[in-house]
Amino acid sequence: MGAVHDHDPHRAAPARGRALRLGIGGPVGSGKTALTAALCRTLRDELELAVVTNDIYTTEDADFLRREAVLPDDRIAAVRTGACPHTAIRDDISANLDAVEALEARHGRLDLIIVESGGDNLTALFSRGLADRQIFVLDVAGGDDVPRKGGLGVAAADLLVINKTDLAPLVGSDLDMMGRDAARVRDGRPVAFTSLRERPSAPEVAAWVRAVLREAHEEAHEEAHQEVHDEAHRDAASRAHAPTA
Amino acid sequence: MPSPSALPAHLLLLADSRLPAGGHAHSGGLEPAVAAGAVTDVASLAAFLRGRLATAGLVAAALAAASCHHATTRADVGEGHTTPGDAGPDGWGLLDAEADARTPSPAQRSASRAQGRSLLRVARATWPHPSLDALAAGAAGHGPHHPLVIGAATAAMGGTAAQAAAVTAYGTVTGAASAAVRLLGLDPLSVNRALGTLAARIDAVAADAAARADGPWAGLPALTAPQLDLYAETHRKAELRLFES
Repeated sequence: MGAVHDHDPHRAAPARGRALRLGIGGPVGSGKTALTAALCRTLRDELELAVVTNDIYTTEDADFLRREAVLPDDRIAAVRTGACPHTAIRDDISANLDAVEALEARHGRLDLIIVESGGDNLTALFSRGLADRQIFVLDVAGGDDVPRKGGLGVAAADLLVINKTDLAPLVGSDLDMMGRDAARVRDGRPVAFTSLRERPSAPEVAAWVRAVLREAHEEAHEEAHQEVHDEAHRDAASRAHAPTA
Repeated sequence: MPSPSALPAHLLLLADSRLPAGGHAHSGGLEPAVAAGAVTDVASLAAFLRGRLATAGLVAAALAAASCHHATTRADVGEGHTTPGDAGPDGWGLLDAEADARTPSPAQRSASRAQGRSLLRVARATWPHPSLDALAAGAAGHGPHHPLVIGAATAAMGGTAAQAAAVTAYGTVTGAASAAVRLLGLDPLSVNRALGTLAARIDAVAADAAARADGPWAGLPALTAPQLDLYAETHRKAELRLFES
């Protein structure tokens, strides 16, 4: 699963030659599928994209994405989670890995595969074996105290998205407080405020995804460069130690 | 190398429901039985499990035992002597076809292969062995049947055909029982007591299966459970389902 980097020993860098896998998790109804659809629409012309949905009960999410035609049908795969959405993204990721690998086998080199979790609770977290980066999606109508309550998703996701900001005045949610509470538990990791109603292309999240892909690309490039360098070094060393004729 | 322990830890890992091999998304035909009203409480669950164990359980355990025996005897030639024939019709391919012939429902075949793929992934990561590689090569694309992988994985850790049969027979009832707890909200203590009551039958089925491990494959048990086959087919077409099978 790629090299271990000193600055973050827990981060699995994407192995060269495979797509970056982006997990999108969050509670039921927070807007995971709508965000996935928005990212597909915004990024599909610049990236080779595919999506795996994890539906709780039906293939509703995959059907929605297909109906909306955000991607061709054969780039959308649905995984059933046996009543345990967090198991399928964390404890036993095999069905999702299977779906991801099947998409890569079908389409060759992809840039990005989005794995959308089934709606879950605040402790849900993607395994590093499945997702290289992960987004946790909350919505303002779910209660503005949710960031303060924390939980693995809110605290540890690479990007926290606070969605449906257009509803904040209607439900009496305090966006500033949500931002402050999130910042307190997130140790500097970014938070994005989105309203897919007002900004349907999710520009804040798309920009973050582009930056992540750039960073992953640079890491892979550095790794390749380092390997070439190491090899040259080894060659030179072996020449230096080679017995002279 | 055979383990000196009566209950080797490797074997416990293989039998553990926490093994990340995709089992959590399968109900062993229980979900459609619940949907049909055939299983509603602990008593009807116990009857379901007895039926499943005596039919699908025995067939799967016998296939696993045969697979373990095959993997062990093939491995006796030693590493590096694995012939291409292992992947062909005279090796794993033939045993895989025997499993296909005993699994009339296409939905069950596909569920068995999906679980086989997932188990193969974790088995190769945990107990690397030429037999597992040969099994993977012989079933490229769709994945080998689940019991075959249990057998080969047991062989890979130095286990016996009897142990492969025991793990398989046990798994055919525990997965369905756990699905019943989730689907019907049954009291987990009562369900566990029902499993305890089945323990002697599980052992007997495993012993029966193990006794045939070195016999001709065509003579392996071929019991059918037509109602389970029909359930599997209706389940695949069901609109609402939590479990893949």
